[in-house]
Amino acid sequence: MLRILYQIFRTGIVTEPLPSETEAEIEIVGARLEKDILKQFQRSLTIRFVDAGSCNGCELEIHALSNPIYNCERFGIHFTASPRFADLLLVTGPVSKNMEIALRRTYNAMPNPKLVVAVGDCGNNGGIFGTSYASLGGVGNIIPVDAYVKGCPPNPADLLNGILKVVSM
Amino acid sequence: MNTLKDIIITTLKEDAVQDEHQYPAWVTTFIVPRSRFVEAARAMKKADARLVAEWATDETLMHTPSPLNPLPQGEGKFDEQSRGTGAKFIPSPLTGEGQGGGELRGFGIFACFAKASEYLIVKTNAPPDDPTFPTLTKKFPASFRFERQIQSLMGVNPTGHPDNRPWIKHEDWPKDAWPLRKAFDPSMYMERVTGEYKFIRAEGIGVFEIPVGPVHAGIIEPGHFRFQAVGEDILNLEKKLGYVHKGIEKRFEALSWEEGVRLAGRVSGDTTVAHSLAYCMAVEAITMPGCKPPERGLWLRALMLERERIANHIGDIGGICNDAAFAFLLYQLSRLREIVLRTNYKLFGHRLMMDKVAIGGVSVDITADGINEILSELNLISDEFERLASIYDENPSLEDRVRDAGVLAPDTAKELGVVGITARASGQPLDCRIQNPFPPYAVIVPRMTVLQAGDVHSRTWVRVEEVRESIIVIRNILTSLPSGEIKTGIKYPAPDTRGFAVVEGWRGEIVYWIQAGEKGEINRCMVRDPSSVNWLAVEQAIHGNIVPDFPLCNKSFNQSYSGHDL
Repeated sequence: MLRILYQIFRTGIVTEPLPSETEAEIEIVGARLEKDILKQFQRSLTIRFVDAGSCNGCELEIHALSNPIYNCERFGIHFTASPRFADLLLVTGPVSKNMEIALRRTYNAMPNPKLVVAVGDCGNNGGIFGTSYASLGGVGNIIPVDAYVKGCPPNPADLLNGILKVVSM
Repeated sequence: MNTLKDIIITTLKEDAVQDEHQYPAWVTTFIVPRSRFVEAARAMKKADARLVAEWATDETLMHTPSPLNPLPQGEGKFDEQSRGTGAKFIPSPLTGEGQGGGELRGFGIFACFAKASEYLIVKTNAPPDDPTFPTLTKKFPASFRFERQIQSLMGVNPTGHPDNRPWIKHEDWPKDAWPLRKAFDPSMYMERVTGEYKFIRAEGIGVFEIPVGPVHAGIIEPGHFRFQAVGEDILNLEKKLGYVHKGIEKRFEALSWEEGVRLAGRVSGDTTVAHSLAYCMAVEAITMPGCKPPERGLWLRALMLERERIANHIGDIGGICNDAAFAFLLYQLSRLREIVLRTNYKLFGHRLMMDKVAIGGVSVDITADGINEILSELNLISDEFERLASIYDENPSLEDRVRDAGVLAPDTAKELGVVGITARASGQPLDCRIQNPFPPYAVIVPRMTVLQAGDVHSRTWVRVEEVRESIIVIRNILTSLPSGEIKTGIKYPAPDTRGFAVVEGWRGEIVYWIQAGEKGEINRCMVRDPSSVNWLAVEQAIHGNIVPDFPLCNKSFNQSYSGHDL
């Protein structure tokens, strides 16, 4: 136990301020929601994550959002297991044929008002996988998308900036 | 001791014909008649070899006569040595097939076996009007899924296979959709049909079923798990995968060789260096004249490979501890992982080092300052890591969860032919860096950690030891990094050749088998991620555990869904 406490004290707080300038493009496309509804999300945002066919590169960076350096919880952002509790749907990958139904069902299970952020170049347009018999291309082909965070994969700071931007539009 | 090659020759005698178009020289392909395919597998099993992979090719459209490859005159039979023998199948007394004459060539079925550092491929042919081959499942459990996959994606049936349910191909695909066949148009949209996947059922008082997925509770990839349980005890676990199938193997066929590197790097994002490296090595094996990456390029490849290993192992150890409700280590280790990724970004321009391996070498060099930066980063990482490893090691409540959980016994591991950390935690001494090394590893030999218990703790501890070892390897690489070029000029593969490569990724052995078509294009690219065989082990290791321990057991294997589904 002493070792654990010692390690905690010597590490201290490592959370970094979020850089305002980012490299990845954040493209906001959705204007479906009224400003006052978006205000509801500002201090507490619950995210349901769905991998719709990614290579798992984006997942690694989304995982990093919860590490002590990016610490997304300081913005009131946390991930939930149930779409019923979610305000925002975070989707990665080109949508694979075999995940299309699951993605639609997850989206439909979320209560209104809801936001969708598509992550990565694949989520944007299918990336290197393109559109084929097995890949249906970008997330926008299947469900309405409010913002795209581009990059392959986008780094955690870009992701966090993208999410914050879409809720404070 | 007999090598696998000798065994095939002595067993099948003149029925085994060697394919001269297979490179590099340390892997040989023997073409055998369909009737003796199982016999060859039996001989391999007797010789204690493991099944590495099984795959099929559609050769109906290959070998059409063209001005470049005119029909050879006066050839009595068809064999692999004579390229461009025309679309007609000429009956061969050697392979014993197509005796009716006048058929197209049909399909090739390949099984790759390995023992220590020797790899051997056995190929057999199936004519287009009878696309079947005898199953190897009775000899090698690993072929269970491979053969279902061949059936689903290529439409070549394994006769005698105990399970005819499709794999990867979901029940709502059209019955005759065989994407890997050349006649299949990859851009077509498949209509959905009705169908039901029949899971294995367990019946009796108190038996219930828990379906999980494809969308899981956490931030992980999609897959479906079906548990049969009595109370908390798991009777059986069955998986249904294929949710992340993006048609990667078919996609390769539409890309140029350079674009292929990008795609290979995205087969499984966490193993991007190892996958693109294996692809490049397979391509380099068939470029004529030989494309030999310069020494410095090879060493930088190994450097990236080890950095990828460290980053993933550190993340995984944290993840395992978190699943045992010890979040302290997750946060501490994810902080270390972030340090590694940031150095990657600073020195290589990408946090995961995607697209940094190229055909003929690497695309980014490292400066003297960069070397010093990595060395000082390693000092920091290794100090912190040792402190955290001893906290892991001395925590009794953590030990209670990880010991004797999810045991994969050495016998089972051997029978399934598992690879990588899963194998090494279950007593199988397999590591391609040691058994099939490329230059830096021939000089800087990593120490292999092999444990016997096969439980969650063993798999975690193998990772701990490998982080330590990789730090030593990187230090050695950096202190004696050769100078010079990092990349040779692009050369293209020779027509009608087959390249093969194995690379030890952080998860285990990655295999690429590439076939260049008659114009020198990508005709077929077979990818075998370690997950393809190791997923079988998860199902076996979970027997006798309780449902709440599943996430912990599963995390200790941490297999890729994308690498498996392709």
